[in-house]
Amino acid sequence: MTAAAPVPGCDAPAPRVRSERGQRAVFCGLTGIVWLHRKIQDAFFLVVGSRTCAHLIQSAAGVMIFAEPRFATAIMEERDLAGMADMHDELDRVVAQVLERRPDIKTLFLVGSCPSEVIKLDLAKAAARLSAKLMPDVRVLSYSGSGIETTFTEGEDACLSALARTAPRATADDPSQLVVVGALPDVVEDQFARLFDELGIAPVRFLPGRRSTELPKLGPNTRYLLAQPFLGATAATLDSLGCVGVAAPFPFGAEGTTAWLSAAANAFGVPASKVREVTALKENRAKVAIARHAGGLRGKRIMFFPDSQLEPPLARFLSRELGAELIEVGTPYLHGRWLAPELALLPGVDVVEGADVDRQLDRCRAARPDLTICGLGLANPLEAEGLATKWSIELLFTPTHGYEQAGDLAELFARPLARRELLEV
Amino acid sequence: MQLAMWTYEGPPHVGAMRVATAMRGVHYVLHAPQGDTYADLLFTMIERRAARPPVTYTTFQARDLGGDTAEQLKTAISDAYERFRPEAMLVGASCTAELIQDDPGGLAAAVGLPVPVVALELPAYQKKENWGAAETFYRLVRTLAGPAAGGERTPRGDRRPSCNILGPTALGFRHRDDVAEIRALLGRLGIEVNVVAPLGASPADLARLGEADFNVVLYPEIANTAAQWLKRAFAQPFTTVVPIGVGATRAFVEQVAALAGVDPSPVLADERTRLPWWSRSVDSNYLTGKRVFIFGDATHAIACARVAATELGFEVVGLGTYTREFAREVRAKAEELGLEALITDDHLEVERSIVELQPEMVLGTQMERHIAKRLGIPCAVISAPVHVQDFPARTSPVMGFEGANVLFDTLVHPLMMGLEEHLVAMFRDDFEFSGDALPSHLASAGHAAPAPVVEPAGESSIVWEPAAEQELKKIPFFVRGKARRNTESFAKNAGIASITVETLYDAKAHFGR
Repeated sequence: MTAAAPVPGCDAPAPRVRSERGQRAVFCGLTGIVWLHRKIQDAFFLVVGSRTCAHLIQSAAGVMIFAEPRFATAIMEERDLAGMADMHDELDRVVAQVLERRPDIKTLFLVGSCPSEVIKLDLAKAAARLSAKLMPDVRVLSYSGSGIETTFTEGEDACLSALARTAPRATADDPSQLVVVGALPDVVEDQFARLFDELGIAPVRFLPGRRSTELPKLGPNTRYLLAQPFLGATAATLDSLGCVGVAAPFPFGAEGTTAWLSAAANAFGVPASKVREVTALKENRAKVAIARHAGGLRGKRIMFFPDSQLEPPLARFLSRELGAELIEVGTPYLHGRWLAPELALLPGVDVVEGADVDRQLDRCRAARPDLTICGLGLANPLEAEGLATKWSIELLFTPTHGYEQAGDLAELFARPLARRELLEV
Repeated sequence: MQLAMWTYEGPPHVGAMRVATAMRGVHYVLHAPQGDTYADLLFTMIERRAARPPVTYTTFQARDLGGDTAEQLKTAISDAYERFRPEAMLVGASCTAELIQDDPGGLAAAVGLPVPVVALELPAYQKKENWGAAETFYRLVRTLAGPAAGGERTPRGDRRPSCNILGPTALGFRHRDDVAEIRALLGRLGIEVNVVAPLGASPADLARLGEADFNVVLYPEIANTAAQWLKRAFAQPFTTVVPIGVGATRAFVEQVAALAGVDPSPVLADERTRLPWWSRSVDSNYLTGKRVFIFGDATHAIACARVAATELGFEVVGLGTYTREFAREVRAKAEELGLEALITDDHLEVERSIVELQPEMVLGTQMERHIAKRLGIPCAVISAPVHVQDFPARTSPVMGFEGANVLFDTLVHPLMMGLEEHLVAMFRDDFEFSGDALPSHLASAGHAAPAPVVEPAGESSIVWEPAAEQELKKIPFFVRGKARRNTESFAKNAGIASITVETLYDAKAHFGR
């Protein structure tokens, strides 16, 4: 890890980090397929799992809007488990079925689930076998999105980690490059690409890109910058390939975006004056857009339930750029190395890693926050108790990164409160 | 292994959740990994439930597997009891926990709760949601009503006849409103409703099930197993007619009146349904022979086929279900209509069938709504699986006489209004008028270019001459597909390789429309 961005405000009281264990009300890693398949448009995600897995994904994704979604579940049945059918033969058959339907697919992810992990179905082996058979037309990779191993956003981490392992290797002779890691909506990716270009950082590659076949060469002259806070395993994979990570606050809000870009600029020797020159106008524009919503959020008491590990950066944004007061910041897990720059910017608040949903609900009811950020299973019940909520999954499904989305991000938090002002019933 | 892009039914433990969530005073401890909690949002978001489902998940993780997941389950059971103080507890496993074989029933017994505990065995790799709901309801009924079985029944004497209403659950298609409608109908017959279950019932209510004279089974997929057991245990007969549509509601009134020993004629003389007149009024002439495709759970699919054919004068061209448990009943209905039933849980197969049959309307689940939307075919939802719009703010039953009124609107609204269809046909040659106009009340569709009605390439060996192709275009879009299909099948049977304008009209004369 190289130098983190300069950290303002480190004299303020530090957040208190503690952990909690109990019932977790979070999605599993399979859910990441919902946004990953939209980003990587030539990839297909085949979950090897149960009817529950299929039901989860369709419930989370609203699958019905797709004529033919680029994901599916190979549902294991009694005869598979009883050993009456050879699981690998069955998998080959289902894969053939998928590829017959979708000849345009270039990468097929076999995605492990809780049941496939419990019965120790070796999907890595299956992927290698299928790849050997199907290359060069289709490359088959595997990762686990199971709930016993991954929480919600860790599914993307596992996927990108698998993808990075297959990237071509760069040597010490290859020129230096920046790789931005994390699935970003295309519009955001293009905005960041323009910014790095203006900063004079080149080449810049994105992982994942829009096409699974166009992976950057990775090696010792690769600097990488995480665009999402939940990509610890992918970072570890990149480290193992000799790449060098740049830790920074994440690009949410005007402040976060500037700090993130500055960290990259610093790593590439771009002078601070150049960074100011490139970012000043855009940062200002973002601040104007944010200010429009600040009135509604200033002084509002906010509690985060654990969901995606986006909570610390979002809490930092709410606290520092919108003047909100944080009551508790839950996060399902905490990657200390990557979250350190964020924690340094948080005020003295309880950061709770892990979950015990019933106890968290007790605390929420006692504190009666003005706004609670939580999952969809909790949102309506809390609203019915008179507590305003913002459902957290939207923070992942909507473009929220960077300067141009900073106002939209503020609006996501402001809207539930504004709506309450409107309603007279 | 089965490839599924989408599934009509969830796993069986979701069925159990539908029962637990519908009830009061029940808590369900589910041995399940994190992620399985997604099911909560089905209830809180789709049905807008104001409370979390009464479910505690153990949410074990991989690191727990080497340790003691059984201990975790026991802790979850006793913690949930302490926190929620239910009158009865359900314990069970989801698909993953089924594999680790921790024996939830045995562990719950070891905890020794002071309330009845029902251990559910729902084989996740064999069974599905509706079966899970039926099994859960049956187990609960047996456990809670069982102790009263075998007792002497007090003779009815002057007491009013009473029944239970069985089957409505959380996340059911219009269950909330069906119950209100049927309860009112029974009230008009002078029949008391002893217990409605599972929806709104407590364990104490289930213990009283045996006090009723008979059972009304509204949703056989969910209540049949329990009703059969109640018949054996308490000699309670149960209804077999599901009151969807005017005819079936009349038959239902007759059946419950016979079971209760009351006179059905006052109610039948005052039906309060507009469907018969709405259907006979001249505007509805244009509904005659509309070709409809129907797919849903068995109960709703069969009922809607009957209503469509005999109460609206539609032609049912396809009928199917995803409910394999009731495939026989659907096959019988299809046969009666001269069709072969489509029994499948693969929505792509349903889509293929719709494309092939070229119906003028699709009645189905939320999935068929999407399929029909893509194909530009009018459609209405008549069955679960449900979505948020299937929980309307207004009361909107599909059962009973008011339900028949609702069904008339549901089945007619998506179509071009009768006189409007007439005018389109009359003016379609006017150069200022587009024959491809969509129904005027379907505003959103009206702005966009009309979705192309898929016209499958049909017989590749048969060629359309340009003049015939031109003539075909003069036919309004909503019947064009059928005209093309009919003409091609006529040509094929007649051994005609090239379709002329004459062939087109020969075919029209041959098929009579």
